[in-house]
Amino acid sequence: MKAFLLLIFMLPAFAWADGDEILITLKNHRFEPTQVTAPAGQKLKLRIENKDATPEEFESDSMGREKVVPGNGSAILFVGPLTAGKYSFYGDYHEKTAQGVLIAK
Amino acid sequence: MFGTAVIVFREMLEAALIVGIVAAATRDVPKRARWIVAGVLCGLLGAAIVAGFTDRISQFASGVGQEIFNASILGIAVVMLGWHSIWMSSHGAKLAANARNIGNAIRDGSKERQILLIVIGVAVLREGSETVLFLYGIAASETTGATGMLMGGLVGALAGVVVGYALYAGLLKIPMRWFFSATNTLVLLLAAGMASQAARFLIQANLLPSLASPMWDSSALIADKSVVGRLLHGLIGYDSRPAGMQLVFYMIALIAILIGTRWVKRNHTHVAAKPAAERGNIPAVDSRTV
Repeated sequence: MKAFLLLIFMLPAFAWADGDEILITLKNHRFEPTQVTAPAGQKLKLRIENKDATPEEFESDSMGREKVVPGNGSAILFVGPLTAGKYSFYGDYHEKTAQGVLIAK
Repeated sequence: MFGTAVIVFREMLEAALIVGIVAAATRDVPKRARWIVAGVLCGLLGAAIVAGFTDRISQFASGVGQEIFNASILGIAVVMLGWHSIWMSSHGAKLAANARNIGNAIRDGSKERQILLIVIGVAVLREGSETVLFLYGIAASETTGATGMLMGGLVGALAGVVVGYALYAGLLKIPMRWFFSATNTLVLLLAAGMASQAARFLIQANLLPSLASPMWDSSALIADKSVVGRLLHGLIGYDSRPAGMQLVFYMIALIAILIGTRWVKRNHTHVAAKPAAERGNIPAVDSRTV
C-alpha cells in the first residue's frame, strides 16, 4: 500500500510534457466560449477557470470526464486523444445554463 | 427541489450499491450493523472535510490533486475488496456446505469489520464530497434557498438508501448454497470496476496513457447517464467509452483477485479435508479465515 501511494505521488514529476492548453471560463454558470475547436488525434489539456463563487463540476459524457472546479478557482484536466467530431460538455451543478461543445478536427 | 433530489440521488446511488453489497457479503460478521453505521458516519464527516478543502486538493500536484486523491481512494477500496473476496472464498465454501448452521457459524470478524468500515467509509466519502459541494452551491446562490436544498437533499438521499436496501434485501434472499459465490462475484466485479475508474482518473491527470481511446463506444446501446447505465456503472464498472488502459486495470484486478482466491481455496481444502469429513460439530470459529 505504501509503495503504491508513493508511486502515485511521484508520478506527477514525470507527467507534464504538454504544450498549449485550452482555456474555458465559467461565469454566471455559463461557459465562455461555448464552442472550442481543438486538434483531433492528440491529448488535449483543458483549463477550466471558475469565476463564480460556487463550485462547479465540469462533466462530459462523450469525453468521459468529470472534475470539480472550486468557486473562484481553476482546474486542469486532460482529454483524448479524440477522433474528429463533436463532444459536448456541461456543468453538472448547473446543467440548464452551463453547456458547451468541443469540436475535434 | 426536484432537481436537487435527482442530483443527490445520482451521487448517492453508487455509494448505496456498494454499501448494499458489502453489507450482504458480511452478513455473518457479528455486530456488523454498528460498523456499517460507523463507516457511513466517518464517510460523511470525511466528505464534509474533503469538500471544505477542495481548493487545496485541486491545486495539489500541479492541478491534478483531485484525480490523484480519487485514484488513491479507489485503490484502497480495490485492495480492501480484493482482500475480502480472497479470504471469504475459503470461509464461504465451508459455510455453504453447512448451510443450515449459518446462524451458529459466527466468525471472529475483526478484520472483516475493519474492511467494512474502510470500504463503506471511502465510498461515502468519495460520492458524498461531490454532493456536499453541490448542495453548498444550491444553498449559497439559487432561489431554491436552504429549505429547498435540504428537502431535495433528504429526498434524494432517502431514495438512494431505498435502492441500497432493496439490493441488500434481495441478496439476502439468495439461498445459502449460492449466497457466498453470488456476493463474492459481486464484490469481485465491484473491485474491478473501481480499478477501471482509478485508471480513468490517472488518464485524466495525464499520469497514464489512455492506450486506445475509446476502446469501444456503446453509448448508443446503454448511455452512461441512463438508469441502466448508472446501475451497471455502480455494480460492474460499466463505461460506454472506456480507454484501453481502463480495461487493462479491470482485467488485472479481476485476475489478481481470482488467482488469490484459487490459491487460498486450494491451501484451505488441503488442510480442511479431514475436519470436513467428521463434521459432527459445527465449525464455529475458524481462526485461519480471519
